[in-house]
Amino acid sequence: MKMAATSVGILALAGTIVPPAVFMLHSIGAGEGGTSSLSLDTVKWIMLASTIAWFAAAPFWMKVE
Amino acid sequence: MSDLLHDVEELEHDASSEYERRRVPEKALRGPSAFWGMYAGEHTAGTEFMIGPLFVKWGADAFGLIVGLLLGNLLAVLTWRYLTAAIACEQRLTLYYKLEKIAGGLLVKLYNLANGLLFCFLAGSMITVSATAVGPFFPPGTIEMPTFQSTMPTGPAWVISCIAIGAAMTLVALKGYGVVAQVGHYAAPWMFLVFVACALVTLGRLGTTDLWALLTPAADTPRTISFLGIVFFAWFCNAAMHIGMADLSVLRFARKPSAGWASASGMFLGHYVAWICAALLLIYWVRQHGVDPQVGKDPGTMVSDAVGWAGLICVIIAGWTTANPTIYRAGLAFQAMIPGLSRAAATMLAGGLCIAAGIFPAFAMNLLDFVGIYGTILAPIGGIIVVDHFLADRLGIPRDPAERSGSAFNWSVLIAWLVPVGVAMWLYKTQGVFASYLPLPCAIACGLLYVVLSKITARDAIPVRA
Repeated sequence: MKMAATSVGILALAGTIVPPAVFMLHSIGAGEGGTSSLSLDTVKWIMLASTIAWFAAAPFWMKVE
Repeated sequence: MSDLLHDVEELEHDASSEYERRRVPEKALRGPSAFWGMYAGEHTAGTEFMIGPLFVKWGADAFGLIVGLLLGNLLAVLTWRYLTAAIACEQRLTLYYKLEKIAGGLLVKLYNLANGLLFCFLAGSMITVSATAVGPFFPPGTIEMPTFQSTMPTGPAWVISCIAIGAAMTLVALKGYGVVAQVGHYAAPWMFLVFVACALVTLGRLGTTDLWALLTPAADTPRTISFLGIVFFAWFCNAAMHIGMADLSVLRFARKPSAGWASASGMFLGHYVAWICAALLLIYWVRQHGVDPQVGKDPGTMVSDAVGWAGLICVIIAGWTTANPTIYRAGLAFQAMIPGLSRAAATMLAGGLCIAAGIFPAFAMNLLDFVGIYGTILAPIGGIIVVDHFLADRLGIPRDPAERSGSAFNWSVLIAWLVPVGVAMWLYKTQGVFASYLPLPCAIACGLLYVVLSKITARDAIPVRA
């Protein structure tokens, strides 16, 4: 259980930071006037899902003394 | 912030239940890891969303933000390490108990009152920031959001938002803030990443990673803050905690003074990365939407626009988890001031003051000034503690004079505290001196004045109490 929660937590953190990073790289790579192949709406939904996943998983593995 | 909430709650519990009036024993000492997490959490709070954009309003340039913040935060870390932690690990007493030994119990109550009131205004700013995250949940225009120029409430919907958020925070503080502390603990790493995510999205939308160019203000932007101003702001925005010695209460549990280095996690993650990330949010609105940097945009709208609901949740949690213990501590300060006042009544009184302060955006929108004033009022007490700890024996003045004489009110401390603060407030109000320049000279003047007054009063030898 703890291992599963840890995995979900790590994926959730990745889901919080990786999509914005990909959005940034694609947007800059697309040049002026170009758009990222990953839409900002998609980034926002992935971040929201990751947020929910993070708060669902964190209590099972984060150390609280 | 969140790690702090848990750790500080635990440390304060230890303090209040066991070690409030004696040295922390060896068995209660903690290793450095507890302090690294604590500082990282404490300094990634809701108000960081406000401070970054305020730098843009004040025309801070790229050199100031990148180098000035680095330098100022480094100086803050050094102050924590070589003053606060050094004294904390030798004395191992709370600020309040140490101050009581020097100034007497009655004067500590006065300090508590000042501390409690300032805590209320700080928590009020956090309520304001959290309330800006409520707006995007409703159709546009339902809640008129405050701008940098707002001093009064923007309308009934805004007032209701602040009251709802403030009342919820107060109720939780009333019940004890264990749940919120736990949520804050879990939120800490995620929250920092949301700050970074805001910056990444903003850079993508602006189509560049040239941070230097982005942070350079337009030529017509008024430069209200200089490089030195940024350095001093970063150094003294937590003046009450380091040079003011409030963190004696926490760092007295540190095994070694090197735990003071842990403040670097808070300074460089929260007061460097998070401030620059938050500043980028407003820079985007200025460049892409033509927002006037002097008017600004509320944090809720900017964060929602950049990263959506995750950002709004972050703004609310960041404000909530920091404001909650602040209301709780303000309540404790008022309880100490007013005999017979129950903990619940004291917390409600503090909560009411915080809500009143939160309704008026003036406090949050003038946060750069407010934290300077906060430090100016509280930091001088640290100057007295530094004198007592490092210099008293060498200068031939008594250490812990109030304890030695059995006095409840040391006039030397009161005069040494109030005179520099009075002068500083005059300089701030009439001469327009930037508030963050004042804590350091005020603390030094307070220490010097205390030495002079102690010398004068020590002419009559202080009898040592049996």
